[in-house]
Amino acid sequence: MGILDGIFGIFGNQKSGNVAKERLQLVLIHDRADISPEMLAALRVDLIETIKKYLDVDENGIDLDFSREDHSVALLASIPIKNMKRGARTRGK
Amino acid sequence: MACRKIVITSGKGGVGKTTATANIAASLASAGYRVVAIDGDVGLRNLDVIMGLENRIVYNLIDVIEGTCRVNQALIRDKRLDNLYMIPTAQSRTKDAVTAEQMEAVCAELENDFDFILIDSPAGIEAGFKNAASGADEALVVTTPEVSAVRDADRIIGLLESMGKAPINLVINRIRPEMVKRGEMLGVQDVLDILSVELIGIVPDDESIVTSANKGEPLAFGSDSRAGTAFKNIAKRLCGEEVPFIDLFSDNGGFFAALRRIFSGK
Repeated sequence: MGILDGIFGIFGNQKSGNVAKERLQLVLIHDRADISPEMLAALRVDLIETIKKYLDVDENGIDLDFSREDHSVALLASIPIKNMKRGARTRGK
Repeated sequence: MACRKIVITSGKGGVGKTTATANIAASLASAGYRVVAIDGDVGLRNLDVIMGLENRIVYNLIDVIEGTCRVNQALIRDKRLDNLYMIPTAQSRTKDAVTAEQMEAVCAELENDFDFILIDSPAGIEAGFKNAASGADEALVVTTPEVSAVRDADRIIGLLESMGKAPINLVINRIRPEMVKRGEMLGVQDVLDILSVELIGIVPDDESIVTSANKGEPLAFGSDSRAGTAFKNIAKRLCGEEVPFIDLFSDNGGFFAALRRIFSGK
């Protein structure tokens, strides 16, 4: 059982100690920053507004959230682009 | 020396604040310091039973605040050491019986007669905690290696920082080395990575904490218990002594302990 656990452990069945650490690190970002779902929604709206000046994006396909990578935390945004806008370079000036 | 006023707090209940207060107070007093431990948990009095002094109580903190007695009359001398005192709180009152200013005033009155004032804070982040903390300059945050306790500790650390308490030191209580070794419990370094605060003590989970509470005899008064030694070490570190952290894996480490010895060259 020990060996099997070890093998499966590598492939995803994480030890609960590690799971605890990762969950805590994520939850504390929200706690510390005091980020409410409303604020995240507002950030999302602002972000879309800005990006729309330059790119034609799929607003419904946007995914925005915090993510933990190795030892740091990132705000990850996945923004599907429909079309590059012509003349975007001159905008916003 | 100038009196040091330290609040022992945690956010979450049941992680060992009162046990830590009693044992650190006992350790400091055993080292010769004049120590008073104040029970700041109005309505849920417990420091007296943990220290085994419940039969000696006449007056309490609320009596002092309301002017029923002088602060000296509420000081209960420990039965083992005559430089260790405790001020109990009232059992039949609520948290709003004390204000921050009143707590500060009581501590200010005591500071000339003591080297250390330890304030046992109630759980929570409301008035009870704030009042207990307002009497202190420094803080010890007690946590256990559990998600709920660590999260609450993070919240409390933020509040203590905003109140200007410094230094803020962390005690990790009730750690179970065999579970950490199996990867099924947050380890010391994990907790430190998450909370990024200074570590002052690691206390292993120890059955003798239960038996010592049963008897009202803080472990730190006795010898040779792992938790008792850990609390004594916290007291030494508080006084600036450099004490290496106990090796949790030392006596039942087997293969891993041997590996660690090889890698650390000992």
